[in-house]
Amino acid sequence: MNPGILFFLVLAIIAIAAAVAMLFSRNAVYSALFLVVNFSTIAVIYLTLGAPFIALVQITVYAGAIMVLFLFVIMLLGAERLSAREPLTWQRPLAILLGVAMLGEVVYVFLFRAGLNVPLSIPTPTFGSPTEIGLDLFNRYLLPFEVTSVLLLVAMVGAIILTRVEKIKRPGGQATRDEATREQAMKDQAIKDQAIRDQVTRQ
Amino acid sequence: MQLQEIVNTGNFGLAPWIVFLPLIGMLANLLFGRSLGEKASGWIASLASGAAFVVALLLAFSLGANPEGTTVTLGEWIRAGTLNVGWDFRIDTLSVTMMLVVAGVGTLIHIYAIGYMHEDVRHNGDPRRFPRFFVYLNLFIAAMMVLVSADNFLMMFVGWEGVGLCSYLLIGFWFEKGEHGIGNVKAAKKAFVTNRIGDFGLLIAMFIIFWNFGSLQFDAVFEKVPEVAVASPGVLLAITLFMLLGVAGKSAQLPLFVWLPDAMAGPTPVSALIHAATMVTAGVYLVARSHALYVAAPSAQAVVAWVGGLTALFAATIAVGQSDIKKVLAYSTISQLGFMVAAVGMGAFVAGMFHLVTHAFFKALLFLSAGSVIQGMEHGENAAHHAAYRQAAKNKKSADRGAQAFEAGHAGEEQHFDPQDMRNMGGLRSRMKYTYWFYLVGALALAGVFPLAGFFSKDEILVEALHLQPGVFWLLLAAALLTAFYVGRQVWMVFFGTPRSDAAARARENPPVMTVPLGVLAGLAVLGGALNLPGVHSLGKWLEHTIENIPPSEFSFPLAGAALLVALAGLGLAWSVYGREPLPKGFVDPLRRRLGGVFTALEHKWWVDELYDRLVIRPYKRLSAILSDSLDLGFINPLFDGLAAGTASLASFLRRIQNGFVRSYALAVLLGAVAIMAYLLFR
Amino acid sequence: MVPLSYYLVLSVIMFTLGVIGVLVRRNALVIFMCLELMFNAANLAFIAFALFYQNLNGQVFVFFVMTVAAAEVAVGLALMVAIFRTKGNIDVDQVSTLKG
Repeated sequence: MNPGILFFLVLAIIAIAAAVAMLFSRNAVYSALFLVVNFSTIAVIYLTLGAPFIALVQITVYAGAIMVLFLFVIMLLGAERLSAREPLTWQRPLAILLGVAMLGEVVYVFLFRAGLNVPLSIPTPTFGSPTEIGLDLFNRYLLPFEVTSVLLLVAMVGAIILTRVEKIKRPGGQATRDEATREQAMKDQAIKDQAIRDQVTRQ
Repeated sequence: MQLQEIVNTGNFGLAPWIVFLPLIGMLANLLFGRSLGEKASGWIASLASGAAFVVALLLAFSLGANPEGTTVTLGEWIRAGTLNVGWDFRIDTLSVTMMLVVAGVGTLIHIYAIGYMHEDVRHNGDPRRFPRFFVYLNLFIAAMMVLVSADNFLMMFVGWEGVGLCSYLLIGFWFEKGEHGIGNVKAAKKAFVTNRIGDFGLLIAMFIIFWNFGSLQFDAVFEKVPEVAVASPGVLLAITLFMLLGVAGKSAQLPLFVWLPDAMAGPTPVSALIHAATMVTAGVYLVARSHALYVAAPSAQAVVAWVGGLTALFAATIAVGQSDIKKVLAYSTISQLGFMVAAVGMGAFVAGMFHLVTHAFFKALLFLSAGSVIQGMEHGENAAHHAAYRQAAKNKKSADRGAQAFEAGHAGEEQHFDPQDMRNMGGLRSRMKYTYWFYLVGALALAGVFPLAGFFSKDEILVEALHLQPGVFWLLLAAALLTAFYVGRQVWMVFFGTPRSDAAARARENPPVMTVPLGVLAGLAVLGGALNLPGVHSLGKWLEHTIENIPPSEFSFPLAGAALLVALAGLGLAWSVYGREPLPKGFVDPLRRRLGGVFTALEHKWWVDELYDRLVIRPYKRLSAILSDSLDLGFINPLFDGLAAGTASLASFLRRIQNGFVRSYALAVLLGAVAIMAYLLFR
Repeated sequence: MVPLSYYLVLSVIMFTLGVIGVLVRRNALVIFMCLELMFNAANLAFIAFALFYQNLNGQVFVFFVMTVAAAEVAVGLALMVAIFRTKGNIDVDQVSTLKG
């Protein structure tokens, strides 16, 4: 067992454990934090794979920005109010079964059919360096690069619009009363939907 | 375009108009009949029919210049594989003869019907139904024209079916009347269904023709007859015999004649036009047209001749025992059709067509006159009622005298006074003079008295029969004797003696719109013999262009004399039984005393309908009930209901997949992905 | 030194965990996070192949995947907030009015 494989195995176990923990955790904040651990581990694996730039981008963007965003929203919404009962009884067993089946199939392909048991070479220092990636990005992939910037702009605008509050709420007055009635109606509807769903699952 | 030009060069292109003109008349009445009023709608229909007659005349003149005739193609109809059928009009001497008869007699009947229906719709209580009658009549003329002008069997069948439809529509014209309110409808149904059996025969014949000859076109078929006769003579026998079934249905021969007496439920112009002069002759026309087929199958010819002869005698016997004026004429028609069918069956095509034409004249005349008599009786009935009421109103003091008069007015009247019952008539000679003289002409023509038309045509048939089918000759001779007897019986019962009911006593003549067509027909009945006088044979020569190789019949003086004697003997016998002493009211038919049980059989038409009911209709109904209840309702219905219910339950089961939860949809996606991967890996 | 297939197996295990998470959890945010896990699994495979084929295209692709994932998370979380404002909670099972 050479050190490379050992190192890899350790990292792999940490990553998988973090992922499993994320799945089973009841608290959404804990899930997010476990996911951060997973991302960081993956970043280290990227380093061993000769992708230093991508590894650091992973930490900066994924773990640093995206997960922070997640945490913001989790805490904003206080997302713990879930009804205790699971409406779909077959969902969990079937999902696990099928997941394992898919895992088995793909692992079978990768290990025994695709001829990919070749050891990877040790990456050269210049392989995934920022210089190289930068050269590629601005020469070959200039158009996708620019398009992505537009995409980010669109996402920003979209996020702002989706979360915009429609009206200035003034205390009292018809608008607020209408708003309140509407909200009450929606909450009633939500309760009714739940009742119907309970009825359906009882059938 | 000058008339001279048309006459000389021959304008056969006008041919399709014999169908279109009546159709235009029909459309006009269909769309605007109600708003046009009675006179206009009736005259439009008559004009349409008259215009068709003019076209037929023009075609006849054109044929005079080019007697071989021609075919006018209007367009293609069916082209399927080897079957090629078009809308072809065949203009030759045979079809033009029929066209002239149909349009000519038809127009006269249209005009008569204007007057007749004016009274009839009021008698039956629905004046708004007047235009509908003329719509149907024009449709009939159009369909009959399609039948006689067709150049292939399929187009002729279209016309065949069309006239059957019109017959149904017109018999059931007063659909809410009749016995128990459905009598007329039942008669119409009976006509249609019985005709259908005949149509089945004709269809099978057409199928066999197409199968063996490869075409339905007349010329194509008739040219190949000698070939097929040598190759497979059985085929020709089958075709001709199946066609005979069609003829038996349409032309009311044994055993399918039972619809024609019931068809008298329709208004009298209908009986005259359809069930005497034109539709029923379609069968005779069919045989004449297919003469090539029949000549090549002598055994079939014998069968046809015997069927005709037996029908002639059978129907004549029944006519002797009938007391309804129209029923006598109906059975007379069946009998005379038997004469025609026997004639064309044995190969005397010209004689058969000659009798067809003269019969159209005098039978239409007889029916229309009978209609005139019936309307006269209805007038008399109304007059009798009014007189009784007036009498009752006058004698206010003597109430019971008024009641007596009331009773007197209703005397001789049972629950329903039947104006058509000859036993209620009598002495109409003085009250309905024109009708009487015209009826007499028709009766004498029917009996075959020299020099009226019926004598010449019937005699020619008898001459041919003696040579070709002697057995049938004796049948026809006996039928001729009975014909003269029953028509004489009818004349004496209706017109002579004293009125046997108040209605007859108060009957009155009808307006000229009805009596003038009678006069024209009477003239034709008198002069019609000139069409084919012995020695001159104008019709024979005319028809020769279409029906080849007819030896002209020789005139035989002894036979003509014998026929005339038979006719006079029949008339004399009728006089001695019915004419010598005036028959009193409520009399017992003298024949009943003399023939006893036989007369009852004649009166009950030998119980043919009852026999058919037992033999055919009741078992058929039982079969229907079995199929309907156990097979259809019990098996097929539940099968399909089960299919539907199964589909519904499958659907409601599958519906549960759409539960609205996104997660289960995602699960389905995963399931699909796993399945596809497994398939790709392990195939 | 480490065979390529090991990295790929790790990638698949993470992917499967992500799939199971999406199907089993009801909290919309946790489902989103499992989605990110699946993205990462794919990225890992890309990087491994990039080294295997000595071709930087894989890494550039991962760069773009991350960018797009970021944009997507932004919009998706905004949606979550909007749904929360409407429904009162973010139980994915409550968004089920399109049932047959």
